[in-house]
Amino acid sequence: MADEHNAPRGHIRPAPENFLSDEDVKRVESGRRDFLRKSFLSAGAAMAAVASGRALAAPEGDDAILTLPPWSTSLGQGVATRPYGLPSQYEKGLIRRESPGLTRVTASSVAFTPLQGLFGIITPSGLHFERHHQGWQDIDPSKHRLMVNGLVKTPKVYTMDDIMRLPSVSRIHFIECGANTGMEWGNVAVPTVQYSHGMLSCSEFTGVPLRLLLEDCGVDLKQGKFILAEGADGSSMTRTIPMEMVLNDEIIVAYGQNGEMLRPENGYPLRLVVPGVQGVSWVKWLRRIEVGDMPWASKDEAVHYIDLMPDGKHRQYTSVQEAKSVITSPSGGQVLLDKGYYNVTGLAWSGRGKIKQVDVSFDGGINWKSARLEGPVQNKALTRFNIGWVWDGKPAILQSRAMDETGFVQPGYGQLRAVRGTKSIYHNNAIQSWKVSESGEVSNVQVL
Amino acid sequence: MSRFSKSFLLAAWLFSLATGASAYERLKGEGYAGIGRPATEAELKAWDIDVRPDFKGLPKGSGSVAHGQDLWEARCATCHGTFGESNEVFTPLIGGTTKDDQKTGRVASLAKGDVPQRTTFMKVATVSTLFDYIQRAMPWNAPKSLKPDDVYAVLAYLLNLAEIVPDDFTLSDANIREVQEKMPNRNGMTTDHGMWAGSSASKGGIGNGGKPDTSNKACMSNCKTEVKIGSTLPDYAEAAHGNLAEQNRMIGQVRGKTPGQFSGAKVEAKVEAVPSTGKAMTALAQKSGCLACHGVSNKIVGPAFSDVAKKYKGQDEAAGKLTAKVKAGGQGVWGNIPMPPHGAMKDEDIKSLVAWVLSGAPAN
Repeated sequence: MADEHNAPRGHIRPAPENFLSDEDVKRVESGRRDFLRKSFLSAGAAMAAVASGRALAAPEGDDAILTLPPWSTSLGQGVATRPYGLPSQYEKGLIRRESPGLTRVTASSVAFTPLQGLFGIITPSGLHFERHHQGWQDIDPSKHRLMVNGLVKTPKVYTMDDIMRLPSVSRIHFIECGANTGMEWGNVAVPTVQYSHGMLSCSEFTGVPLRLLLEDCGVDLKQGKFILAEGADGSSMTRTIPMEMVLNDEIIVAYGQNGEMLRPENGYPLRLVVPGVQGVSWVKWLRRIEVGDMPWASKDEAVHYIDLMPDGKHRQYTSVQEAKSVITSPSGGQVLLDKGYYNVTGLAWSGRGKIKQVDVSFDGGINWKSARLEGPVQNKALTRFNIGWVWDGKPAILQSRAMDETGFVQPGYGQLRAVRGTKSIYHNNAIQSWKVSESGEVSNVQVL
Repeated sequence: MSRFSKSFLLAAWLFSLATGASAYERLKGEGYAGIGRPATEAELKAWDIDVRPDFKGLPKGSGSVAHGQDLWEARCATCHGTFGESNEVFTPLIGGTTKDDQKTGRVASLAKGDVPQRTTFMKVATVSTLFDYIQRAMPWNAPKSLKPDDVYAVLAYLLNLAEIVPDDFTLSDANIREVQEKMPNRNGMTTDHGMWAGSSASKGGIGNGGKPDTSNKACMSNCKTEVKIGSTLPDYAEAAHGNLAEQNRMIGQVRGKTPGQFSGAKVEAKVEAVPSTGKAMTALAQKSGCLACHGVSNKIVGPAFSDVAKKYKGQDEAAGKLTAKVKAGGQGVWGNIPMPPHGAMKDEDIKSLVAWVLSGAPAN
């Protein structure tokens, strides 16, 4: 069934013939329902017509219109049939997926967000990318505690009740793993945007500005230049975070995500939101904040999440996700239906503020046009861009290039590698290229 | 009101706008009354376990290389290999460093790029990092179960494998600073970059204050004369990621590629169906972490499931024996690398997994 739907069909758009369930087919075969038998036979005729390339399935018109479908002629399902709603059964291909061979244990692995099929800027919570260091936990929120200690007057303990009583803010921010696009530093390695850029998500987060909690404990701002965030999971992951981001109210101790509580895979019941900074600092299952006067050199800032430079030194405490963009449709592993009009669409983001401009090239970077940004453009959030394109059937190379409000322009692979080499794993924000061949096939290539 | 105090108030008001401080209803004189409570000494001791590069937070204690080896073989070798060299489950811990590196504090092979993979000891600059991490997160399936003396011992054994300390060494809070001076990559880190999100090193923070590495221009036309493609997707990489048609929507402006549609590469199309016993069991084995060490038909750290099935074929008591062994852990039947205990798994899950393994671990 999937193959029939997915096969490219030239000029002919497929009618949704496959509405008959196996059960319906059996009923038809047993001759019990003449109405269904008729529609089944005409659906078969429609498919044959598609195969032969005629514009309409039947001379009098589209069978999808002429034969009323079951959903127009039957009683639908009642409210709360599914008390927690689910996507349509036809959407089951758009799910989080692992990249085979990337890791060897699922508890310390990555599942990528299917960017190729998403719209707008909000990632549905169930499709938010996953990265765990020692497996995810579903924590009993009544037993969860947040401790604040270190350079504070009074080290304190907060329950979820305490935290949810405090003033709350809700803000939309992107989160990107520092290793997003890391597989592509040396050469093209993965086929689709899900695997090349899918360690990227964007949600509305709700919670308490961390500054309020630190002030409540009497933080020593004279000496306390850094904070340590620590998780309650097995890995109890820790990261050093600058106090300046706390003081300008950017960092949120969040419990809400897209209107509901955080999902367990994303840190239920509490996670840190550190806008613009790589995902590893957004500590999940947050149990402790310590204020200190020097960085901690924890495992994930001394063994991993360090960027190897060509001179053999590692950059430590790299955090900011610099301006980056990618076209999500059409993108690698997809096929254009035919020549003609396309809405080329994608995402842009910057860890240094708002996106100011996104330019798109259809000729591999010789000429560029500015795309339309969907507003409101928000600080350190995904920004959706769109631009119209008429494909003439000739080979093309699609690229997008983001500029943020600091004036920084997303670099090409050549520019980035000239400074960082090819082995730094993290912070690859190079311009992505998708090659469209005459067949309509879109594939991942790197333009130097 | 003097001119000075006016401008001071204005500055304070602007500051509160900039920080958003005025937005939160912290009631005058009351603060956030009734929210939170002071932490007790015992609570702080229980959770404040981090150890910094200046060894603040390091607990008193000691452990010998010999004791570390015993612990290693029982609790760590399963994943990391007897000598910390294993690349089966995680990347190797040991290797790639030399005596010269210990003198210079720079791992020379990192600059030469002549090793295929970076080991932990090639990268880590601070011995405190290793103590902190082992104490908080290891062993993999029982984090925070090692007492401080055990952490010292395991770390001593690792330092011995890395040829930093001798066989008869005992690591302790008293001598760990001396060990730091021998770490092979202790001078291998730099913070001279623009990617720290706080203030620069000159202002008490880290790095150069946000100076970017690249300075691309937003050129709009005739930006170059030639388009040079440096790399394209290898066929195997596409095939490895399954049927792309099923990873895209069935409507819209594009479809996903069907396997072999253009390249001739063949991929088995996955058929989604009600999970059969084999499928459900494979999923359970994956979820329970079995497949980290066992392959269905290949040896990883532990024996292949097919080899286990062969060995116990026709033995009625095998199921009970293996169920107990999975639960309690075991060693010796398949070699020296022990299988850790799996106390957290449900009994019925262990039972059905053992039955599935003994039946040859069918995929369907």
